[in-house]
Amino acid sequence: MRMKRVAAVAAAATLALGLAACGGDDADEGTGAGSKSFAAGSTMEKLNKAQKIKVGTKFDQPGFGQKGLSGKPEGFDVEIAKLIVKELGIPEDKIEYVETPSKVREDVIVNGTVDLVAATYTINDKRKERIAFAGPYYEAGQNILVKKDDTTITGPDSFKDGTKKVCSVTGSTPAEEIKKYVKDVATQLVLFDTYDKCRDALKGGQVNAVTTDNVILLGYVAKDEASFKLAGDNFTKEPYGIGVKKEDTDFRNFINDTLEKAFNDGAWKKAWDDTAGKFGAELGSAPTVNRY
Amino acid sequence: MSVLIDKFDVFAGGFWLTLQICVLAAIGALILGAVVAVLRISPVPPLRAVGTAYVNVFRNMPLTVVMFFAAFGLPALGSNADFLRVPVLDSLFSRLGTDLPYFRFALIALVLYTAAFVCEALRSGVNAVPPGQAEAARSLGLTFGQNLRHVVLPQSWKASVVPLGSVIIAMIKNSALIGFFGVVGDLSQTADQLTSAEGYAFIPVAIGISIGYLIMTVPLGALLDRLEKRQAVAR
Repeated sequence: MRMKRVAAVAAAATLALGLAACGGDDADEGTGAGSKSFAAGSTMEKLNKAQKIKVGTKFDQPGFGQKGLSGKPEGFDVEIAKLIVKELGIPEDKIEYVETPSKVREDVIVNGTVDLVAATYTINDKRKERIAFAGPYYEAGQNILVKKDDTTITGPDSFKDGTKKVCSVTGSTPAEEIKKYVKDVATQLVLFDTYDKCRDALKGGQVNAVTTDNVILLGYVAKDEASFKLAGDNFTKEPYGIGVKKEDTDFRNFINDTLEKAFNDGAWKKAWDDTAGKFGAELGSAPTVNRY
Repeated sequence: MSVLIDKFDVFAGGFWLTLQICVLAAIGALILGAVVAVLRISPVPPLRAVGTAYVNVFRNMPLTVVMFFAAFGLPALGSNADFLRVPVLDSLFSRLGTDLPYFRFALIALVLYTAAFVCEALRSGVNAVPPGQAEAARSLGLTFGQNLRHVVLPQSWKASVVPLGSVIIAMIKNSALIGFFGVVGDLSQTADQLTSAEGYAFIPVAIGISIGYLIMTVPLGALLDRLEKRQAVAR
């Protein structure tokens, strides 16, 4: 065991020497304190020195961040976070995952509870007032889930006559968006804290539709194709970004570089195919990173 | 803190909806609680058992669980609680009559839960009446109903009004849960709306919400204090 370790260190040191002429003392695929060099005083340097990072993600979002039997969240958001963490020179098992439901995402970034948030986090201007976004790394779109035999709902305009009832999640972007289409919020809109409850309400007939980003809805269709289908095409664009502290432009640029690298070397596509891609959602071409 | 002024209409709307459900739930809980209290002190053992069972179930179950059963159990049983769409009331309280059943489900849960506490508050008042009073009434030939109506309840009211007030205040605060069970636009749910969808900082919003609840509960508390003082004189 000891021999193996020494050999590994030697091999890694040689590799590091060969690449950048600066070796790490405990290198494991280029991880460890000082394994990468960053500008002094930057967030990247601090995280690399500390060799641990706190990542905020969702624990209940199939395909993006869902905590299963393994005890760690799994999904596309988590994979993207791992790519960034790897680039920081921190091994995967040093990531501490923090559950960040929609309503606390800005607060945990501002308060420094987490170092970054990857949690189906739609980039919008209101949020940019308090935090900054790297990315986008994926462009979702809002869609509508209905019962398989429902032909009366064909798109968001079907809610305009004021009879169809729709469910979404409290405080989410899709919930705000659908308000533009419903005639009377009090009689047509139901909000819960999770989409699972919306699905139950749809199954029970209390609502006629569930609306949110297409990938989340496709997760439900994949699980129960006999009961559900999507009604029509996406009617919004929801670019998902990585949330970081507002003033930390260096860290944001670093994440943007990492994302662009992942778009080009196939790591991004692989992350998708291993997670949300299994539900049959289209990945499309890589989005253009927005460096504002 | 500008959110309190900018979004005043949102807070006001939330306050109005919370007030509506609290008024309805208070009426419902007082009626149901009185019925259960009569069951619990009735001379017929099976009725007493029913009353005791009711209190044991609903007083000992967390309100969240009661809400769950109402919001997801009733639909599973095929009920949308349409019996609560009472003709005159539903025009007064518009949410009561809509096709969306979640306001009614939340109302049912609040009433069932609070009634158990109302019952116990009333019963403690009855117990506070010296037993000699009821015995004297019985020896005069009054029936159980007459005894309650003319002798016991008027005296027990004095001892139960303050605990009853506390129960109603607790119910107002408990109503903060309804926003998590499908009711859109109540006071606590507006916090979610403003913080996560519109990106306002949490603490100013939480302060606004707190003020909303205080506007309902503080005057009620003051009223109770007054009632208590008047009783002191009456004795």
